[in-house]
Amino acid sequence: MWVVPTIPPALYLILSGILFMIGVIGAITRRNAIVVFICIELMLNAVNLSFITFSRFLQSIDGVIFAFFVMAVAAAEAAVGLAIFVMLYRSRETVNVDEVNLLKW
Amino acid sequence: MLDYVWLIPLFPAIGFLINGLLGRRLGKGVVSVVGPAAIGLSFLTSILIFFELIGKPASERHFEKVIFDWVVSGSFQTVIGYQIDPLSILMALVVTGVSFFIHIYSVGYMHDDPGYTRYFTYLNLFVFMMLNLVLANNFLLMFVGWEGVGLCSYLLIGFWYEKDSAANAGKKAFVVNRVGDFGFILGMFLIFVNLGTLDFTDAFAKAGQLDTATVTAITLLLFVGACGKSAQIPLYVWLPDAMEGPTPVSSLIHAATMVTAGVYMVARCSVLYNMAPIAMAVVAIVGVATAIFTASIGFCQYDLKKILAYSTISQLGYMFLAVGVGAYSAGIFHLMTHAFFKGLLFLGAGSVMHALSGELDIRKMGALRSKIPITFGTFFIATLAIAGIPGLSGFFSKDEILWMAFSSPRGHFLLWMVAAIAAGMTAFYMFRALFMTFFGESRVDHHVAHHIHESPKIMTVPLMVLAFLSIVGGYVGVPHVLGGANHIHEFLAPVVGGGPEPGKAHAGFSILAQAWAAGGAQGGHSTALELFLMVLSVLIALTGIGIAYFLYLKNPILPKRLAEQYSGLYRLVANKYYVDELYQVLFVNSLKKLGMGLWKGFDEFIIDGTVNGIAYFIGWLSSLMRRMQTGFVQNYAVSMIVGGVILALYYIMRAFF
Repeated sequence: MWVVPTIPPALYLILSGILFMIGVIGAITRRNAIVVFICIELMLNAVNLSFITFSRFLQSIDGVIFAFFVMAVAAAEAAVGLAIFVMLYRSRETVNVDEVNLLKW
Repeated sequence: MLDYVWLIPLFPAIGFLINGLLGRRLGKGVVSVVGPAAIGLSFLTSILIFFELIGKPASERHFEKVIFDWVVSGSFQTVIGYQIDPLSILMALVVTGVSFFIHIYSVGYMHDDPGYTRYFTYLNLFVFMMLNLVLANNFLLMFVGWEGVGLCSYLLIGFWYEKDSAANAGKKAFVVNRVGDFGFILGMFLIFVNLGTLDFTDAFAKAGQLDTATVTAITLLLFVGACGKSAQIPLYVWLPDAMEGPTPVSSLIHAATMVTAGVYMVARCSVLYNMAPIAMAVVAIVGVATAIFTASIGFCQYDLKKILAYSTISQLGYMFLAVGVGAYSAGIFHLMTHAFFKGLLFLGAGSVMHALSGELDIRKMGALRSKIPITFGTFFIATLAIAGIPGLSGFFSKDEILWMAFSSPRGHFLLWMVAAIAAGMTAFYMFRALFMTFFGESRVDHHVAHHIHESPKIMTVPLMVLAFLSIVGGYVGVPHVLGGANHIHEFLAPVVGGGPEPGKAHAGFSILAQAWAAGGAQGGHSTALELFLMVLSVLIALTGIGIAYFLYLKNPILPKRLAEQYSGLYRLVANKYYVDELYQVLFVNSLKKLGMGLWKGFDEFIIDGTVNGIAYFIGWLSSLMRRMQTGFVQNYAVSMIVGGVILALYYIMRAFF
């Protein structure tokens, strides 16, 4: 029997925070819409990680349930978002977000 | 039958709807039947109701029929209700009777007019409104009729609206009437504020609660309304211009019915006026001043209808003199006889116009007597009546007024004198018109002269009927001195009181009574005096006729020479004392200036400036703000994140500090 070393919860949360910040920076700096989209998924999963962590350490099932909700929403979002990108590419032949700026003054 | 009083105004209303909505499709034939028939039916109803009323004892001759609640709002309650009493049924008879004959006349007179249907629509609406005015049992419904006849007057004066002068005359009548109506409304407000009701019966029963100052204010304000509607000084200026309308309209609205509404209103409010001696004096003085002032304008007019218009104003002045000295029944009596003979005079003038292809200038007439004999005969009778020749209706009513002006405790010798002189002037200018139109040498244009023709039967029959009424209409009020019985006076007594008994002045009258007593008449006049004054007034009238005969038949050149000799005076009178010009300068121009100032200064600068300024400011502000909307989706993401960070920081800080 080998003992699984106990990893302190702070490390999980730090990892979650790092993943979230990578997501944020990616989402606001990258030009390619698909990469932006992936970054948003990264942020969602970072949050999921926090949920699971808290769920484990607080001995509560709530966080797990929330994680499932987030996954379901993310899946729906992926379906809708990718469809939008397809339509966007068909009409403007680009998926660069800085070239799609019609909604302005 | 009394229960069916609402039928009287209903028939003209139905006629109005049929003619107005369907008239164009039904054609002239139907319109010429519906128009007069509607009035005829309500005339018939009035007659039936009149006879039923006469059958009752004098004290029970009052009946009110409430149709429905009209305005019910807190303590303010008004109904649509009609009232039958001697005064209102007499007015209804005069209105429907004269209207009926004028409608028939109009069928002939307006026959070739393209606006035939419109004409009868307006005319029926007018009669409906006029009947509301005289039959209403409260001030508000009376005011509806009051405004309604004003509207119809406006529509009919401007009937030939393609003509600028007609359109302008309509506007003038409307605007001048607004001034009077404003006074009427204020008077109504005062009555409601002080008595809490607008119902005639209630208000007059409670009138005793009013103090003299309030009742004087009320009556003076109501009289302002009467001045506007009945064309008295200073608001008479619209009536001569109103002659731009079709002649039967001048006859019906601007001689026989609508313009007498003011007299009716004062008589209706006799209870209030009796309490306000100052207001009574104002009414009498304005009346007599109007009578003589406008009679003098009649001297130098050459337009036949204008002469009649000034004569109408002058006769209305007589009626106000009568009600002003408390002789309400005499005023209403003159109103009635005047409706007959003045209506007839206007219809006669219309018949002359018809014969002369629309000519109105009496300088281009003359010697028409034998060419249009029926018109001449009836016109002559009416002229005799208005001049006050004994035996015709005008004599009885006018003499009653003159006698009352002298003998009533509110009368005065000066009132009598001015009125008597005005009577002489009336005789003069009416005979001047008669002589220049029907006698002397023909001055008719050649191209008109050879087709002068008498009017068709449909026009001459109403003339003859009205001529008959002009003769016999006076016999309902033969004065006691002549051995007659003053029926009309007794008939109206329950409504307007027994009239002023010599020597029995109202208590509130004491201030003026003393002041006037010096030259005024007090009680105890003998019948000899009354007879003497009667003979005197007849002599004055005959003198007027004599002068007219001398000037316009014997020496037709003389008037011209007189005019040249006194050219200043002549020009003053011929230009109607420049009253129109004075009003133009005083009121019209200054109001126009005020209007321009408000338009340019207030409306365009302040109001529009404020509204547009706010809009510009918001526009400028948002032109700055909209820079935030870059259209780059990542900028929006940044602002979300910044917002999230700030919120997070806020909660963290709060947790620590």
